[in-house]
Amino acid sequence: MDSIADLAPGRAAAPALQARPLAHRPGEATDGRAFPYYSSMRVLLIEDDRQMAEYLRKALTEVGAVADHAADGRGGLLQAASGEYDVLIVDRMLPGLDGLAIIRTLRASGNQTPVLILSALGEVDDRVEGLRAGGDDYLVKPFAFSELHARLEVLLRRGAAEVPETRLRVGDLEMDLLKREVVRAGRPIQLQPREFRLLEYLMRHAGQVVTRTMLLEQVWDYHFDPQTNVIDVHISRLRGKIDRDFDTPLLHTVRGAGYMIRAR
Amino acid sequence: MRPGPSADGLGSPPPGLPSVPGERSTALVGPPRPRASRPRGPADDLWVWAGRVLGSSSFRLAVLYMLLLTVSVAILLGFIYWSTAGYMDRQLDATIAAETQGLAEQYRRRGLRGLTSLIKERVARDPTGAGIYLLVDKNLEPLVGNLDRWPGGFPNADGWIHFRLRERGPDRTEEHDARAQVFRLQGDLRLLVGRDVRDLEATRGLILDALTWGLALTAGLALVGGWLMTSRVVRRIEAINQTSRDIMEGDLSRRIPLGGSGDDFDQLADGLNRMLARIENLMSGVRQVSDNIAHDLRTPLTRLRTKLEVLRAELESALGDGHPASASVEETIADADVMLTTFNALLRIARIESGSQRAGFAEVNLAPLAEDVAELYEPVAADKDQTLMVEVPRSARVIGDRDLLFQALGNLVDNAVKYTPEGGRVTLRIRPLAESIAVEVTDSGPGIPPELRDEVFRRFFRADHSRSTPGSGLGLSLVQAVIQLHGASIELGDNGPGLRVTVRVPRPRPSAQANAQAPVTT
Repeated sequence: MDSIADLAPGRAAAPALQARPLAHRPGEATDGRAFPYYSSMRVLLIEDDRQMAEYLRKALTEVGAVADHAADGRGGLLQAASGEYDVLIVDRMLPGLDGLAIIRTLRASGNQTPVLILSALGEVDDRVEGLRAGGDDYLVKPFAFSELHARLEVLLRRGAAEVPETRLRVGDLEMDLLKREVVRAGRPIQLQPREFRLLEYLMRHAGQVVTRTMLLEQVWDYHFDPQTNVIDVHISRLRGKIDRDFDTPLLHTVRGAGYMIRAR
Repeated sequence: MRPGPSADGLGSPPPGLPSVPGERSTALVGPPRPRASRPRGPADDLWVWAGRVLGSSSFRLAVLYMLLLTVSVAILLGFIYWSTAGYMDRQLDATIAAETQGLAEQYRRRGLRGLTSLIKERVARDPTGAGIYLLVDKNLEPLVGNLDRWPGGFPNADGWIHFRLRERGPDRTEEHDARAQVFRLQGDLRLLVGRDVRDLEATRGLILDALTWGLALTAGLALVGGWLMTSRVVRRIEAINQTSRDIMEGDLSRRIPLGGSGDDFDQLADGLNRMLARIENLMSGVRQVSDNIAHDLRTPLTRLRTKLEVLRAELESALGDGHPASASVEETIADADVMLTTFNALLRIARIESGSQRAGFAEVNLAPLAEDVAELYEPVAADKDQTLMVEVPRSARVIGDRDLLFQALGNLVDNAVKYTPEGGRVTLRIRPLAESIAVEVTDSGPGIPPELRDEVFRRFFRADHSRSTPGSGLGLSLVQAVIQLHGASIELGDNGPGLRVTVRVPRPRPSAQANAQAPVTT
């Protein structure tokens, strides 16, 4: 595979592939700050709704990212192709060039910059279509900014955290992925299989906000609207097992966004 | 094949057992009855096939066509036979009349002597010919002619007579029919002039044979032709049927195939296809509108929400955490979320109802899916001290959309948990049936009165006692949309006490799985 990819002229210099590990070194995952990367995150927002784009840009700047905006498909594609961005946020419906066409063009030319697709559609077929075109995540309008924020975090970290890990650690909480054991401060904690997966996902994204939707999609593997606060109930049950008998809580609720596990 | 003498003739029962006369239980000891459990052979398949053929409308139409055509042809051939035979009879009578005329001429001119000599001359000229002549005296004694005696029977009013003729040949004796006219002459003499109708009968038989065979051939050809013709028609009707069934199941892109000949069926198909194109056009128009609503209306709503979030962040940084102003913004965001949720649910239902998501259908095993649903809602039930049971077979495969099926089952369980009081009981059960997979959600809650059971699927319907419970009133509408998308059915019943919801999802067409029942309880 590699030799073929090397021969292809478009793929030879995939700058985005190198840009990400440089910008986000693995091992810096939990330094205590909620959003550790935004000092260096460069986002390109391809969105035709100028007001929406303006607010998103403002909100992204607020959390420390550098956000550029392209208002139409053609301009967005040219800007994205420069490879200067860590992540692209692409609206599906765009004047000039459709959002999916942009992603296909980028992928065909060897550009692997992570893409989050924004769409007002958002049923499963559209989601599948978007991911098949080469998108990395899919977010349906309307969304909470915190949801977008959390997903951008995960997208950025994905390339860096691909190293297979056997142990996860947050503060004094340790998870052995091979033995499937969880220990906090030397005391073993019994978890149901789903609770284990839930905790694993939270620990893999320690220091990052994880939304309820992300948990449903990643831990339960279903795209659906739960109507009630089922996830909250699962979280509070998990919290009862890992936090109740200890002085410092690890599992925090991030108001209006979701949950986060962190040491401090 | 007889079962042999053993059945009734096992002899005397063993000593100690009383013999009951006529008791048949001893027959069980004998060899198994023939045909008891005969394995299915090719003959059975033949019967099944024959049954299918005989029951098909092609066959019935073909038989009807054959009967009609055969009766018509039989009438036609009967008429041909009748007129041909009549013509031959008239020809015969004319010949006899001509002969009679010749004899009468002689008789008139030369008297009895002339008549006798002419008869003699004619018999001598053609001894084996078909002509028959006989002149007898008043005692019926033959005077001249080639008959040995006067035939029995009485002539009709016109003097015509039919009789059997026995011809003694050198090696065999033949019998045939003869037809003759009888005249009374002076001096009580009687003259018979007739003809052997052997050739005529033979010809008639030949014609009758030909016509019978023709009729049989017509019937056979009519059956085959009728079969070919009607099966073509039935096939085309079936094609239209199949297409309309596919369309009913939601595949609006299907079209009825055209034969290409431009006949009535093509015109019908063309008309229907145009209608379908129009409907599809309208449908996609509706979808376009709903997509546009989604894009045009949800975007400003998102903007509103984003603005509120930014505002909250600004308030918090300006006034610090926990200020009443930021709490109001928080509430406004929550209100906006309720609005957006309802709006999303409506759009989602509309999109599911459009049937477009059937494109993403795949095989789904409902058993682990139901376990996942139960596992997801179990802590919610546990919070209300409820028991949530799940009973599933090892495998319950259907064709569908995994996420939507999860959504539907999730909504049903969510409802059951929500409306069942504390300490109640909710069960999610999957039972494989012959034609479908039944998914049952039962609870021990208040149930739904029978008169409201159709209403609950309406958008925004909320039963009086549920007004206080949070929810949009769209949950069951969404369930129903998913059910319809899957060609499934839903039924609300009484669980005495409580509600019993039964969903029947059709099994995939080629069902070859025997599902072993293995209840699992969580």
